[in-house]
Order: sequence, then structure tokens, then C-alpha cells
Amino acid sequence: MPDRRLLFLAGLFAVSCGLYLLWGLQGRIWFILELRGIKLAGLCVVGAAIGIATVLFQTLSGNRILTPAIMGFDALFLLMQTSVVFFLGGFNYAGLPGPFLFAMNTVVMVCAAVLLFGALFRRSRNDIQLMILVGVIFGLLFRSLTGFMQRLIDPSEFAIVQGTMFASFGGINRTELIAASILLGMLSIWVWRQLPLLDVMALGRGPARHLGVDYDRHQFQLLCAIAAFVAISTALVGPITFLGLLVSALAHALMRTHRHVHLLPAAALIAIIILVLGQGAFERLMRLQSTLAVVIEFVGGLLFLVLLAKGKIR
Amino acid sequence: MAVRKHPYITTLCVLLILSGVSIFIGVGSLSWDNPNAMQVLMISRLPRTAAVLLTGASIAVVGVIMQLLVRNRFVEPSTTGTTEAAMLGLLAVAILAPGWPIIAKMVVASLASLLGILGFFFLTRRLPPQQPLLIPLVGLIYGGILGAAATFVAFQADMIQFLGIWMTGEFSGILAGRYELLWLAGGLAVIAYFTADQFTVAGLGRSASLSLGLPYGQVLALGIVTVAVVSALVVVTVGMLPFIGLVVPNIVSRLMGDNLRESLPVVAGMGAGLVLLSDIIGRVARYPYEIPAGTVFGVIGACIFLWLLLGRKSYA
Amino acid sequence: MISVNGLSHTIGPAKILDDINLQIAPGGVTALIGPNGAGKSTLLSVVSRQVPAQSGEVSLDGADMKRIDHAALALRMAVVAQDVGVASRLRIRDLVGFGRWPHAKGKPSPKDADIVAQALAQFDLTALADRFLDEVSGGQRQRAFVAMAYAQDTDWLLLDEPLNNLDLRHARRLMSELRNLAQNAGKSILIVLHDLNYAISWADHIIALKDGRVAFAGETQDVMTSRTLSALYETDVSVMAKDGKTFVWHHN
Repeated sequence: MPDRRLLFLAGLFAVSCGLYLLWGLQGRIWFILELRGIKLAGLCVVGAAIGIATVLFQTLSGNRILTPAIMGFDALFLLMQTSVVFFLGGFNYAGLPGPFLFAMNTVVMVCAAVLLFGALFRRSRNDIQLMILVGVIFGLLFRSLTGFMQRLIDPSEFAIVQGTMFASFGGINRTELIAASILLGMLSIWVWRQLPLLDVMALGRGPARHLGVDYDRHQFQLLCAIAAFVAISTALVGPITFLGLLVSALAHALMRTHRHVHLLPAAALIAIIILVLGQGAFERLMRLQSTLAVVIEFVGGLLFLVLLAKGKIR
Repeated sequence: MAVRKHPYITTLCVLLILSGVSIFIGVGSLSWDNPNAMQVLMISRLPRTAAVLLTGASIAVVGVIMQLLVRNRFVEPSTTGTTEAAMLGLLAVAILAPGWPIIAKMVVASLASLLGILGFFFLTRRLPPQQPLLIPLVGLIYGGILGAAATFVAFQADMIQFLGIWMTGEFSGILAGRYELLWLAGGLAVIAYFTADQFTVAGLGRSASLSLGLPYGQVLALGIVTVAVVSALVVVTVGMLPFIGLVVPNIVSRLMGDNLRESLPVVAGMGAGLVLLSDIIGRVARYPYEIPAGTVFGVIGACIFLWLLLGRKSYA
Repeated sequence: MISVNGLSHTIGPAKILDDINLQIAPGGVTALIGPNGAGKSTLLSVVSRQVPAQSGEVSLDGADMKRIDHAALALRMAVVAQDVGVASRLRIRDLVGFGRWPHAKGKPSPKDADIVAQALAQFDLTALADRFLDEVSGGQRQRAFVAMAYAQDTDWLLLDEPLNNLDLRHARRLMSELRNLAQNAGKSILIVLHDLNYAISWADHIIALKDGRVAFAGETQDVMTSRTLSALYETDVSVMAKDGKTFVWHHN
């Protein structure tokens, strides 16, 4: 039975996509529609990836404040991407085909995330606060290391890859988009089959194990999936720190349930709606370019502080 | 460890060696047969080394003060929005009154970072006291919000490159005549040393301070103003240098405890030394290009901090 | 039958369990007692496989616990741990419903729903069933976790200090329900208890731990004496009888 609130979100989603495609359409209609269509597809893929990754991560960490972005997953992806450029050299990197690069970056990202965060999860299983702090420091470390390596790369080689490395809402790469959509589709199907299991895992490691769930194995799998979702969104538009937080807070507030069969679609839809409406408003109403991430950062962070001060997040 | 037995002498020796290295590294050679050697020394090398030392020392000292005032080991101005607030102030002056003298800009930046700290204090008061690690997290998010606001404003006013300069602390642009404001930061650090006892007591908390007869409000105000002014000064002259105020006080506190009267000189020395080391590494690693000292220290500092956090079972 | 052979466990420098050898017979209520830090909770968590055995072996009906897979174990043994925090926002009905997970794997049948309803009624939670876990009192939350383990409907039920936070009425009711399960439904119950009076009144068997070793074990009426208990707690404790009931007295 589709939930009423989910139907409402789906309706809103359809309306915002329609608005984005059709508002102010004039001139070379088909050309513009194609451009907008690609952008819209990109926003949908990114929104779904961020929404799902955040909810999954919060289920794993047993905590509503943590998001992959706050824990430095985005920064890790950029670092891994930079390392790949560093070790291959800029010319070799730029010469590789797009989908292959995307696949390679994703694989490297998943391995690194499992190594680092798997160890962190084992280490600080009983100490959420320690985990948060270490994750945040991870983020800062990854960012500094990325900056460090970028300076080590030959400036002329760096110029070649700069465009492919730093994406934005403005220029979504078409081949990457296709590769990302395929990966997103496969991951979503996998997650869909885990839905009831996720509800049990949300109880925490102890209770889930008592109920016969091989928690550690599933945690490992989920961590891989989360890393891949983050790779998808970061490869397409770069890091957006607080969107996940905003989205999961809204999804939980709206759905008021623990059931992932409702939470995950809601989070994905909300993220897409925010991105599409936001980007639409930016492009058409305010005639601004590529600062949507900044505004989401501002609003998402503010919402987080308000929730915290009101004691809604513990 | 030698630091534990003779903290002052060890610190001083390390600083002298590093300063020597720093003075002799650079594109222009400093040998007797170079006729411009004296000029290079006076205009570029000495000012640069002095700027690094002053910055590192004052940032580390300010970090300690902030930690005592918030009563949390894991905060410092650049992770609690103070630096971002200073940037917002600078942006405002640069847009509204670009012609103002540097001193006036400084005052505005200091006022803005003061507001930033006050905002952070207001937030921390509303947090549940049983979760000490929530405070640094809130600080980071608060800083992120202010940073996003600054980015937005800078983007609209087409001043992103200024923001980039303020965000990455580096010393390559330091020449005689461009860094002297930092002496003011150094002076404030010295004043902090003379009021060290009061900060130590204030770190015990409001009720403990009042029962010991300490004017808690005044000490708090003095501390906040010091933190704000030093943060603003450093942002204006060299840019943001994260982690130093966090890492150094934590290391020193593990080595010598929390009595500021004893430990503050070592904190200042170690801060200066680590920034100097980062600056030297940044200059040597990709010679003749430079890697900003802030980036180098971001890597070193994060590693040290992770070691501090994970190396001990229950720390906070 | 749970058998523990040569079990030792250290946490950091501290030896928590030191060469424990035990047989816990099926059927009946077995109470684990002992002073603070004696290793009761650690023993329970090793037996319930929350913590892997460091040295020594725990077996369930002759099979090494390490070799039983998670899903199979959950059909045979339910555990109520001490102060479990649940992060997700759950209603009590949903929490108790998770007790059916090992059987239904996320596709509950009408029979599962009946068992959940019965568990809710059994532990006086029907009226609270739609409240969120973080909106009820500590004792009510505790009862919800017990009800969840009850709904799991396993032969073995392990509880770590389940009486914490419970008022007199609900504590008594829980103990009598556990006794009833043991006597009439053939369940085996292992329970960590602090209050000696609950142990002496409701348990069939006693295992007393001290400093990580078994101090004594056996039938309740045989082993619970003034002498053994005084030695166990290093405090004057008297076991008395009044109107045909035994009870433990340790105040002045």
C-alpha cells in the first residue's frame, strides 16, 4: 500500500520536474529541452544517491546527526580522485575514457571507505561522540591532503584534469551521468531487497544480533553501498555537506516511522525536490549560477542547529 | 622526553634551529658573495620567519584560552566559526567601504569575530552538558554556515579570490611592511601570559571562579576579546591556519598539565615551531613552488589529533 | 543444556572471568548472583554470544556455540541485554514485533501478529503499544524489551538484570511470568539478579560468581544459606523463614 505522504511527495516530484523542464521554454525548444533534461536527470541521480546514502548511514551509525558528508566521505572521494591523478599523471588520466574513470574512482573510493570507516566503526562502536569527532577530523584531513597533493601535481597537468575533477550543478558530464545512473539503479535494487533487514539493523548491533542478524557482514556490505552512493553524487556535482542532513531530518519528520520501505523513497524524493526546485529557482528566477550548493549548505546547517537547540536531535 | 624535564630550554633550542633553517631557505641565495643578501634577509627572510613565529605562537595561545573559556578541549577559533565571522566582517568592509585604512578594516574584522564567538557561546549554552563532543561538532557546523554565507556574499560581489586568500594560511607574500600587525597579536599573547592564573581558574567554571573571588565576567570578556582580535589579525595578514590552536594545547596539556602559568610559554613555542616546520616543508616539498603552510599543517595536525583521540581510550 | 568449559575472559588488564566450568540445565529459572564486578554480565554476554569467548568453550545442547549460525541461534535463544538504547524512532508495538523477525524475516503472518499481541498483553503494554520508545518511562521500555524477547518464542531466554527500573508490581509480575514460562511452557531461563530476595523466591537454581570464579552453584534451597551468602558478599546476611517462605535479611 503506497503511503499517502509518499504519494504526495511523488506528486510534488512530478510537478517540480515539469516546472523545471517547461518554465520559460522558448526559442530552440528541443535543444533547450535536451539540455534541461540532462541536467534534470543529473539532479535526480544526485538527490537519490544523497538521500539514500544518508538514511543508510544513519541506520548504521544509530544516530540522526551523522551523515556521510559530515563524516568526510565526500572529502575522501575527492582525495581518492586526486590520488589517482597523482599516481597516473594528468595526461594519462585525461586520456582514459570517462566511464572507466568513473568506475575506477568508485572502486578506489569503496576500498578506501571500507578500510578507514570499517576500522573506525569497529573501534568506536560504543562511543558515538568519538566516532563523530574522528569522522569530522577525517574530513578535514582528507581536504588538506587533497590540497597538498594538488600542489604536488605538476601545475600544467593539473590544469588538464581540473575540469573533470571539480564538477558543479552547472556542468554535468554526460558519460559520467550514464555510468552513474546505471550504478545507482543496480545499488537501489540491491538496497530494495534489504529493506526489512535494514529495519532490524536500525535497532543496533546488540539487538540485531540477538534476532539472528549477521550484523558485521551486513554492516560491511552497507558501508560499501554508502561509499558507492557518495561516489555517484560527488563525481557528478562535488561535495554538498548538509543536504543529506536536511533531507533525512525532513524525511524522518514527515514519515515518523522507522520503516525503511517508507524512509528511503521519502528521503530520495525530498532530496530531488529540493535540488530541482532550488536549481530551477536559481536559474530562472534569480538568474544566479552555481551557488546552489552554498545556499543548501547555509539552510541545511541552520536547520541542524535549530533542531539541536530545540533538543530534537540527541 | 626532554620536553618534560626542561620544557623551556628544549622549546627554545628547537625554535632557534628551525628559525635558522627558515632564514636560509629560499630562491635567492644568502651567501657572502651575493651583494643583495642583506636586502633579501631584511626585507623577506627575517620578516617571514618573524611572521610565522608570531602567528604560530599567538594562535596556539588563543586556542588554549578558547578551550578554557568553553571548557572543552576540542575547540579552537578556526573550528568554531570565529575565523569565518572575521572573513564576513572583512568582506563587508571590502564591499561597503573599500577605501578604509587597514586599521579600520582590522577593527571591523575583530568586531565581527567577536560577534561570531558570542554566537557560538550562545549556542553552546543550549547544548546538553552531558555530551562534551557535541560542542566541537556544533562549532564546525556553525563555522560551515558562516563560511557558506561568506562564500555566497563573495560570489555575488565577485570577490571569491579574496576569500580563497583568507581561507588558506600562507606566508609567501610576507615582506617587511606587510606583517607588522602580527606584533599586536604577539603582544596580546604576552598579556595573556600575565593573566594566565585567572584563565586557569576561569577554566574551572563559573561557580568555582566566583567562590575563589575571581571576577568571572571580566576574565571571560578579556579572553573573548583576545581570541577575537588575534583571530582577525591572523586572517587579515596570513589567512586561516586551522588545527594549531587545537593540537598544540592538547599535546602540551598531556605533557605538563593545565597550569597555564607554567605551560603557556611552551604552548606558544610549540605553536610557533610547528607552524615554522610546516612553512619550511611547504617551501621545500615542491621547490621552487610553495605549498601553503596551512595546508601542510592541516595534514600534520589532523594526524596528530587523530592520534590524540584514538591513542587513548577515554579522553574527553 | 548450556555447558561452559574452561571459560576465561579479560578486558584490558582485568581478568573478568577465570576458568569457569558450568552446566546450566534446561527447564526452570536459573539465577546468576554475586557482588558487583563478579563477572555476571560478562558471563551472560559470552553465553549469549554478544561477546566472543576468548578462551574456553560454550556449547548449546552439545553443539559449539561458535558454529551455530546467527539465524539458527536466534530461533533457540532470546536475550534481553542491560540498558539497550535504540536510536530509531520506534513504537512499542513495532519493537515487540521485531521479536518475530527470526521466524518471519520481515514478512509477518497473522500468527506472528497474534503472538505480538499476546506478548503486549502479557507484559501490560497493550495500552502503550502505539507510544514511541523514547516517550515512555525506563521501566516501560524495559518491559517492552522483555516482551520482544518473549515474542521471539525460544527455548532459552537470557535476561541481564531485567528488574532494573521496574516497580514492585511489575518486577513481581515479570518474575512470576518467567517462572510460569519455565514450568508450563518448558522454557529455560537464565537471569542476572541483584536482589537476593527475588532470587530466593523465584529461582529454581542459583549460580553465584565472585571475582570471576564460580563461588557456588546448585538448587536454590540447598545453596542459599546465611553462611554461603555472607561469604559471597563479605557482609552479614541471614536467610530466614517466616510463614513457610524464606527470605534474605541484611540490614541491621
